[in-house]
Amino acid sequence: MDSTPFPETALPMASTYLDHNATTPVRSEVFDAMEPFFRDRFGNASSIHRFGQDARAAVEEARAQVAGLVNARPGEIYFTSGGTESDNLAIKGTACARKADGRHIITTNIEHSAVMNSCAFLEREGFEVTYLLVDENGRIDPGQVEDALTDRTILVSIMHSNNEIGTVQPVGEIGGIVRARGVCFHTDAVQSAGKLAVDVEAMGADLLSLSGHKIYGPKGVGAIYIRKGVEIEPTAHGGHHENDVRSGTENTVGIVGMGMAAELAAEERESEFRHLSEMRDALEARIRVEIEGVRVNGHPQRRLPGTLNVSFPGAEGESLIMSLDLAGIAVSTGSACTSGAIEPSHVLLALGRDPRTALGSVRFSFGRDNTMGDVDYVMSRLPGIVSRLREVSAASAGQVPV
Amino acid sequence: MMSALTHPSIRGGDATASAFDPTVNRLPPAGSKVVVAMSGGVDSSVAAAMLKEADCEVIGVTMHLWDYDRVGGNAQFEHGCCTVEDRNDARVVAGRLGIPYYVVDFREEFEAGVISNFVSEYMQGRTPNPCVACNSRVKFGVLLDRARELGADYVATGHYARVALDEIAGEAGRIGQADQADTAGEAGEAGQAGEADQAGDADRAGRLVLKRGVDGNKDQSYALWEMTQDELARTVFPVGMLTKAETREIAERLAPRVAAKKDSYEICFIQDRGHERFLKEWTEHHPVNTDEGLLDIGAPIRPGPIVDASGHILGEHRGHPLYTIGQRKGLGLAAGRPVYVVDILPDTNTIVVGDDEDLLSDRLMADRVNWHLADVPTGEVRGQAKIRYRQEATPAVITPCGPGAARVDFEHPQRAITPGQSVVFYDGETVLGGGIIRE
Repeated sequence: MDSTPFPETALPMASTYLDHNATTPVRSEVFDAMEPFFRDRFGNASSIHRFGQDARAAVEEARAQVAGLVNARPGEIYFTSGGTESDNLAIKGTACARKADGRHIITTNIEHSAVMNSCAFLEREGFEVTYLLVDENGRIDPGQVEDALTDRTILVSIMHSNNEIGTVQPVGEIGGIVRARGVCFHTDAVQSAGKLAVDVEAMGADLLSLSGHKIYGPKGVGAIYIRKGVEIEPTAHGGHHENDVRSGTENTVGIVGMGMAAELAAEERESEFRHLSEMRDALEARIRVEIEGVRVNGHPQRRLPGTLNVSFPGAEGESLIMSLDLAGIAVSTGSACTSGAIEPSHVLLALGRDPRTALGSVRFSFGRDNTMGDVDYVMSRLPGIVSRLREVSAASAGQVPV
Repeated sequence: MMSALTHPSIRGGDATASAFDPTVNRLPPAGSKVVVAMSGGVDSSVAAAMLKEADCEVIGVTMHLWDYDRVGGNAQFEHGCCTVEDRNDARVVAGRLGIPYYVVDFREEFEAGVISNFVSEYMQGRTPNPCVACNSRVKFGVLLDRARELGADYVATGHYARVALDEIAGEAGRIGQADQADTAGEAGEAGQAGEADQAGDADRAGRLVLKRGVDGNKDQSYALWEMTQDELARTVFPVGMLTKAETREIAERLAPRVAAKKDSYEICFIQDRGHERFLKEWTEHHPVNTDEGLLDIGAPIRPGPIVDASGHILGEHRGHPLYTIGQRKGLGLAAGRPVYVVDILPDTNTIVVGDDEDLLSDRLMADRVNWHLADVPTGEVRGQAKIRYRQEATPAVITPCGPGAARVDFEHPQRAITPGQSVVFYDGETVLGGGIIRE
């Protein structure tokens, strides 16, 4: 097609990727583990013949690897299509299974939209949902959970750590309180896995959500931990796969990839924590010194190691993200939105930021391939961009509004 | 390989001028950073492609202006811009061109600057041009700000219009104002003029004019009359020198699924000509700002009398904002002869009808007048005036009367001069100015 006057030109990729809370690249070890399962080892894990047996063995090995990441037993891990499905299954599945015991659910006002919108759906179905309000650092006090529990409460869903600001919740204390009341406790640990110790026994979780592509595994695969004995109603009914919890032919390729990613994440967690913390702390310190009037969002200590969320008041948010992208720096304001338009983050609003400040906020999230050189590169561009945006918005604020 | 800009037909329209002649249509110099407003349609996609070929640093942007499920429509609507499908089309084109692409959220600005004004004008018995408001308040308002924030030098759109260097600088200023310097083309060197004049001439030498698109059928200069010199200086209209057929041909090679899209003539936020549903649903939920103050939520669009010139009641209408001057259909009258809306009286919710000749008038008054001339004229300006989007400009004399106001006297009487519509003044291809028809 050399006659076409508009050959497809690849957009040069951003050289500095600092959006690992959105997604991560597949590690080469993970890719290598997955590769045979596309073609040679293509069997259906439910088939009786040897092709099926081969696939089954691989799926079960992956189950054990994922179980190891969160201190569960393999039989308590069920594979799904990702964190969103796991959250939906945990919340709707519990609501459906336990509705005879009560119709009250407790969650927070900074959950991922998969949890938020599952709860909103249940409200329309007649359930009552209490949204606990976080403090200015994004933390829930365990006492708030205690106070909100009623005789009709069937589920408490509180995220392990927040994807936008990185604040880590006191899930251990919360789990203890919730389980003592015989109520089911779910936590979305999608962001924590591989970065923090996630232990279902230590925190007393009954249900826990995980995602493959946040830990250098492939997209389209996730898992849910369901404590043995905890009943949930499936949301997809079908051919009894995954012990009837999640029907559908197993995504062997993805599951094998997630298994490998989980094993590596568990092995490297402590060194990864140090590596991510070091880069994040360096960037935070330099931003505070080199750019005036910034505000760091999230808990100063109880925070994911690679996450830094900063508000730059007076700088227009959309332009900030675009300018950084044009400079080859990939970051985000909050959750990626399918429409592409940027909305003020519900998490930052929950911390008490006004909508304009929330829009003028950036989330930097580091990953294993980042280096201190990336921090230097960001700081070679960011201060100039922020001051240009502040100048323009100050100038247009001076104009007569239409 | 045939490039868009070396395509021989692009030289058309003005046979002697090269495509890069800034007095035909000014394009940014190579290397300029340009933000292109991409709707996912044919024209703006080609605009982006042309700038890319001109070696500009192009950034594609789609403005998210409206959600169709908000008022008077549903989210599955396919024929406006602002649908996810259109954004995906724009994304595909940007991908093919290898340019960065973003969606910017201007819903708040669009509602405040365009929708509110649209409803307010109808509720006051006038018929607005929302595209005019959108251009000046959104595209050449907030979008220009965004471009500045991104460090871009220009904003480009897919309008069929041209921004050109004033060919014979001073010429336009001379119209109707005898004795203006006609050597302004060499203004800087013209030592004979006084200092003040020199400054004016120097200004004029770099002046830009807004011109009609080369394709007379597609010309959109009418909707751009509110642009200021400062906005023109940072705006480019690459397809202004193409015919629609040429644009489609380029689009065909760029992205066939975009090239096949139909032209849209309807107001983008109203689906299936549903003015009535839109106005009713909007006024049920929003207060409406008028010249006299705020109308409460639920401002009534309710039936009222249809009368003739002498006040005889001939029938009932469904609410005055649902009618426009010159309208014949939908009146539900059995008058035995064709009758037309000749006046709308919002204060008494009355529609006045009359004969065809009652619609004829040879004069109008305009306000919010914006002149594109170097100096605001003090006397009569002879030119042409255009009173609605789909109508030719016709010979007229424009006389400034007081700040921001003008009187337009037509050589031939015009039919259905409609308050709220824009009147745009031309000197042939060149826009001299414009205003909003008051009466």
